[in-house]
Amino acid sequence: MSTPATSRTSSTAPPVAAIRADFPLLQRTMHGQPLAFLDNAASSQKPRQVIDAISQYYQSEHANVHRGVYEISAAATEAFEATREATRRYIGAASTKEIIFTKGTTESINLVASCFERAILKPGDEVLISMMEHHSNIVPWQIACEQAGAHIRAIPVDSAGELVLDDLDTLLNERTRIVALVHVSNTLGTINPVERIIAAAHARNIPVLLDGAQAMPHMRVDVQALDVDFYAFSAHKMYGPTGVGVLYGKEDWLDRLPPYQGGGEMIREVRIDKTEYNELPFKFEAGTPNIAGVIGLHAAISYLEALPWEVVEQHEAQILGHATELLNQVSGLRIVGTAGQKTSVISFTVDDVHPHDIGTLLDQQGIAVRTGHHCTEPLMRHFGIHGTVRASFGIYNTIEETERLYTAVNKAVNMLR
Amino acid sequence: MSGTIEQIQREIVDEFSFFSNWTDKYEYLIDMGKNLPLIDPAYKTEDHLIKGCQSRVWLHADLDQGRVKFTADSEAVITKGIIALLVRALSGQRPEDIATADLHFIDEIGLKEHLSPTRSNGLAHMVRKMKMYGLAFTANVGK
Repeated sequence: MSTPATSRTSSTAPPVAAIRADFPLLQRTMHGQPLAFLDNAASSQKPRQVIDAISQYYQSEHANVHRGVYEISAAATEAFEATREATRRYIGAASTKEIIFTKGTTESINLVASCFERAILKPGDEVLISMMEHHSNIVPWQIACEQAGAHIRAIPVDSAGELVLDDLDTLLNERTRIVALVHVSNTLGTINPVERIIAAAHARNIPVLLDGAQAMPHMRVDVQALDVDFYAFSAHKMYGPTGVGVLYGKEDWLDRLPPYQGGGEMIREVRIDKTEYNELPFKFEAGTPNIAGVIGLHAAISYLEALPWEVVEQHEAQILGHATELLNQVSGLRIVGTAGQKTSVISFTVDDVHPHDIGTLLDQQGIAVRTGHHCTEPLMRHFGIHGTVRASFGIYNTIEETERLYTAVNKAVNMLR
Repeated sequence: MSGTIEQIQREIVDEFSFFSNWTDKYEYLIDMGKNLPLIDPAYKTEDHLIKGCQSRVWLHADLDQGRVKFTADSEAVITKGIIALLVRALSGQRPEDIATADLHFIDEIGLKEHLSPTRSNGLAHMVRKMKMYGLAFTANVGK
């Protein structure tokens, strides 16, 4: 498997230049300006290693998996299952039976919610989420609760964008069947104290699902150290391809749950009246999977594994600090989400200026950000706003780009006022 | 009213030809957005809301002596500036002319990207809605 250019450098300085050189798209321009890609929380760009792995697979290794009697199919199966092992190793899972490939975080959460609806949730039961969830960790639970006659409760959020855990002991009660919580907020960047919540839930034998979509690109996650029961994430936010995600689940939980979808792959024996399901993890993988995507995920994991994480985390923290300091100097600008523990995400509003207008004028200046509610409408309501401008950074962003952001926001605000 | 849809489009293209950079162009749009006569608050309702993903846009149309009068508003001022151009080109025109108008000026002044259905600003939907009003009022006038 290919390794990033960074692993070849011995410098202790942030190897950003070497990392940037691995991402072909970053070389392009937008509206005639060098591209500053600050929308990584929506989706990150892909290194050449990932693009090449997918291309190579389609050019010379493609066949369907798990059923072939010929060389290419066996090799494709081997590459596919090698990703499962790489994923297991990367997140510290105990077994490859605990790694389910899905379309993405959304499907991973829907899988658990749907299976809980059919096998666990009863009328009067509760599902505990938080006010800062992405819609994809709200709506699947609403659907499940509606079907089962269960209810959703939400951990509140304070003005800094941190969870308010004062009432955790009453929010977790004998009716709670699962806690489904975002590890890192996509809108605010808040890193939630998940260890504490997992411990409190486990003290009552309540399982915990974490939405790790925004955590995986910024930190190393160890599911066994967290002792989390389910962990959902997407490849495309961690420098891998779109259309592939992972659901980690503790083996005993996955054994207890019924299949999610029916179809090929997930069966052992089918008769017209009755089907015997396949073993883990295949029980949850109906139909031909996104083989190329899974192979691309392997390349992304290999890329991330080879990064000097201490240096990367330090670099992202520096970017966050610098950008926060600069943006706070813009008149009328308010940063939404000022938690003590944050990833490199900055959401902000500016008095009397619509976020969409700022986004439009940043686009003209070559800066890609996201504007809107970021699929967290309950959180927006909590802050009394309709939307924010969100700049979200990744491993390849530079201090210079934070300065360009600052200058461009200033220019936009001056034009709009 | 100051001419046909075609004449107004040519005027707008002329005006925009003076801008040599994006800043001037967007400042002009922002100015127009700020000056756009606001929609009567009575029409700023769910019924008149054009569902864009990010900034809300409202549109109201009246038929007055065979001419369609549009009023509109948006939360985002640049969107409002583009709406002001559309209102300038189409408001006060005959319904059948609105229904069949070819709004080539948008492309010629380099704002086509904002009217793309892939942009979540509701503008593409707004143009469709204005033309639908034209079509609906054409039927009315014919009665």
